[in-house]
Amino acid sequence: MERPPTVKILKFYPEKCNGCLECESSCSMIHFKTKNGGEQSAIRIFKKGNSYQIHVCDQRGLCLDMCPVGALTRKKNGIVWLDKKTCIGCQACVGFCPIGAMRKSDARIEPFKCISCGACVRACPEGALELVERKVDDIKEVVYHKQGV
Amino acid sequence: MAKGQISIEDYNTGITRHKWDTKKLKSVHKIITKYDYKRGIVQRGYANRTLYLNLSTGAINEKPVTEYMKKKFTGGRGFGLKLLWDSIKPTTRWNSEENELIITTGPLCGTTQYPGSGKSLCLTISPSSNIICDSNVGGFFGPYLKFSGFDALELQGKAKEDIVVVIDGEKGSVTVEAAPLEETNSHLLNEQLTYTYASEDTDKSRQKVSVISSGSGAEHSWWGCLNFSFYDIRRKIPRMKQAGRGGLGTVLRDKRIKAIVVKVEKIDGISNHPADPLTLAQIGTKLHKEIRDLDRFQCNMRTVGTGHLVEIMDAYDLLPTENYRFGSFPKASKIYSPEFYKLFTKIIPDGCWHGCTLACSKTVDDFTVKTGPYKGQKVTVDGPEYETIACGANMSLWDPLWILEFNFYCDTYGIDTISAGTAIAFYMEMYEYEILNKERCDGLELCFGNSEAVLEFLHRMARGNNGKFITVAAKGIRRVKDWLIKKGWGDPKLIEECGMESKGLEYSEYVTKESLAMQGGYGLTLKGPQHDEAWLIFMDMVNNAIPTFSDKAEALHYFPMWRTWFGLNGLCKLPWNDIEPANNAETNEPSKVPEHVQNYVDYQNAVTGWNVSKEELILQSERCYNWQRAMNVWMGRGQRKDDWIPYRSMGPVTEMEYLSRKERYDKQLIENLGLTEKGLEKMDVKEKIKILYNFRRDQYQKLADAVYYRRGWTPNGIPTPQKMKQLGMDDPKMLKILQQKIDEDEKTGLNVWGGNYNKREKPPCKEHKYWEK
Repeated sequence: MERPPTVKILKFYPEKCNGCLECESSCSMIHFKTKNGGEQSAIRIFKKGNSYQIHVCDQRGLCLDMCPVGALTRKKNGIVWLDKKTCIGCQACVGFCPIGAMRKSDARIEPFKCISCGACVRACPEGALELVERKVDDIKEVVYHKQGV
Repeated sequence: MAKGQISIEDYNTGITRHKWDTKKLKSVHKIITKYDYKRGIVQRGYANRTLYLNLSTGAINEKPVTEYMKKKFTGGRGFGLKLLWDSIKPTTRWNSEENELIITTGPLCGTTQYPGSGKSLCLTISPSSNIICDSNVGGFFGPYLKFSGFDALELQGKAKEDIVVVIDGEKGSVTVEAAPLEETNSHLLNEQLTYTYASEDTDKSRQKVSVISSGSGAEHSWWGCLNFSFYDIRRKIPRMKQAGRGGLGTVLRDKRIKAIVVKVEKIDGISNHPADPLTLAQIGTKLHKEIRDLDRFQCNMRTVGTGHLVEIMDAYDLLPTENYRFGSFPKASKIYSPEFYKLFTKIIPDGCWHGCTLACSKTVDDFTVKTGPYKGQKVTVDGPEYETIACGANMSLWDPLWILEFNFYCDTYGIDTISAGTAIAFYMEMYEYEILNKERCDGLELCFGNSEAVLEFLHRMARGNNGKFITVAAKGIRRVKDWLIKKGWGDPKLIEECGMESKGLEYSEYVTKESLAMQGGYGLTLKGPQHDEAWLIFMDMVNNAIPTFSDKAEALHYFPMWRTWFGLNGLCKLPWNDIEPANNAETNEPSKVPEHVQNYVDYQNAVTGWNVSKEELILQSERCYNWQRAMNVWMGRGQRKDDWIPYRSMGPVTEMEYLSRKERYDKQLIENLGLTEKGLEKMDVKEKIKILYNFRRDQYQKLADAVYYRRGWTPNGIPTPQKMKQLGMDDPKMLKILQQKIDEDEKTGLNVWGGNYNKREKPPCKEHKYWEK
């Protein structure tokens, strides 16, 4: 299979963020058809001091090699995609994600993650989010760990 | 192969690919019997039905799983015991018409969130021991069986020709089909059947099929194992895990079953319909994170599997070398885990069931076979695991590639690597003492380290039609001991004490000489010398945490019960203590891993909706454990005489062994037996061995006394009716059998302690028939 050269990932401008969490609402609309945001959103914004912090998948793809049923693949556009129908809900990817960006909501057994769809970018009233193109080779992490390392 | 993120389609291991004409294979399948059933929904971990097949009569029917069964036997191995109790007789032997081969699952089996949740439990009357043998195994079969509608599969009778049993969970049908053309050996047969029965020609479809098979070695030996397949979508082959111990594959082939196939329609994260999936996901994810962060600093299971034990065992003088004569060896570093790490394929998920991130099922892909019928082909070798590598040490094979060759052929011939390795090591020692020789071994030069001869032995055994030696040798150590003694080829005592078997089953791979508790862990067992009941060497020998007989007895009560619990539920024991929370050492009882025990309490409650405590988990096990022992008594076994172990597992049999660890043994004679250094100087080695022998044999009897007492048994090791009633196992027939046996023992004077107690020592209880009080 051809390997996608680039992928779009989210870039966050904390100085523009006003903490309205419209991004989270729009994200949970995509994943769960609710405006709840919070644990049903793949993008999370947290207040840190006087500023804000983003917590979201950066498409590095370490989870790809964790999936026992091949539910996780890198799509043609470079994003790491979880196929709900194939997923058997084992949570291996959730447990092993080094940055905690593979999420699990109480609403269903299969996890979910950012798919760089841009809904949050469009929903942000302040323009604090942007999708930027990166080379897959620059962001992907290959091996979780080797013996004794 | 060390690169990650290779897409599944692009993954290629370079093994020799076969093109099977599955249509032709299938076209000659003659359907012997067919049974349609309505697939139900698994509720809170139970399918609530079991499936019964009689291969002699063609009868197929379903049996309900009652609340009584769940309450008394929990599931898994417990259900197996119940089904056997209802079906066999005390005179049933492995090849009797009424002997059954049972595959069970357990209520937690098939969960995907918690690592190690895909085990099947297999039970039968074993050819090696003539009593019940249970063996647990990974692979997809157990979960698929349950999700196809059945908590257990019960196979009785014998077919008249080679058959496959097909459980189609998609259509809801069970068929018995004559299958004349398929291969017999597992690595090919499993592939053929997976391709034949997958609904579509896709890897996803093939992943929904699981096969149980054995091989031609199982037909000609008593070491037959069951290979449980799990299709690997990356390697694109059905890999396999073994229910190794006790000759279950031999029983499979004796029933003329070539394979059992199960196909599931679909699985997802809640196929068990757990009462509380949220808790399940929470505790599962917690453990995944623990494994992610700590495994590399603890056991390294994810990178080398159980092979990490080799260097530890060698360092502590516990790695069985040259038939357990020694516990370490200068060449051992050649088979340490880094050597296998070089050969293993890395990175991809290697769990034998979905969601097991401990992922100990390593493989060597692209292995070129050196000998036998598959010489020159490139294959995937599943393993080797610690036990198989240690078998290499035991036979003095120090080349990883020969260990892989041994591993590959044992697997595909359907032979248990442990029994075969331990037995061949014994034959090699007999060869060294000239009790056996080339002529007596059908022309094989079975000396230590002769890897070609080992493989030749396996090939000839698998082909069948052999000379006297291979025919007897393939039945295991017990029968070879009898044969050698009958022939008068050597000192009977030497033969008895060197051959590492108890109850007719070969030992697994640990040297127990310096750990009395572990000797009990092997000897005071239900099915034979297997470390799945207790592994106490470090606790006992290294940390000296259980110094007294009663401490050891407590450990030999708690741990066998605890470990039995995994088998009742369809779980693997490794995620309990082969990964530990970071603060485990600071807890009150680190050896029990309290946080993980609590996980299992929460886990069982989350699936079943029960509200049990950790004490009740032990109670669940105690019921089944005692029941199995009672069934052994019913079959004329399960007594002190049956818990005998060979002296090789207790101390030095030969002068060479004594001299190789002279300092240790001399010290013990002085410290434990009150001898003086001067006195020792005057003694020859034989004399010292004899004193040590008598001391250690007596220690073992005293241990048995303490353990039987702790377990609520008589001094002859019989579970008392009082104990059984207390556990709620009040089947009147069983209680009567036990009472009769105890009365009989009273007449023959067996209701007395086995140890020689001096004035300063006390037996566990001075009251005669204490259980009646």
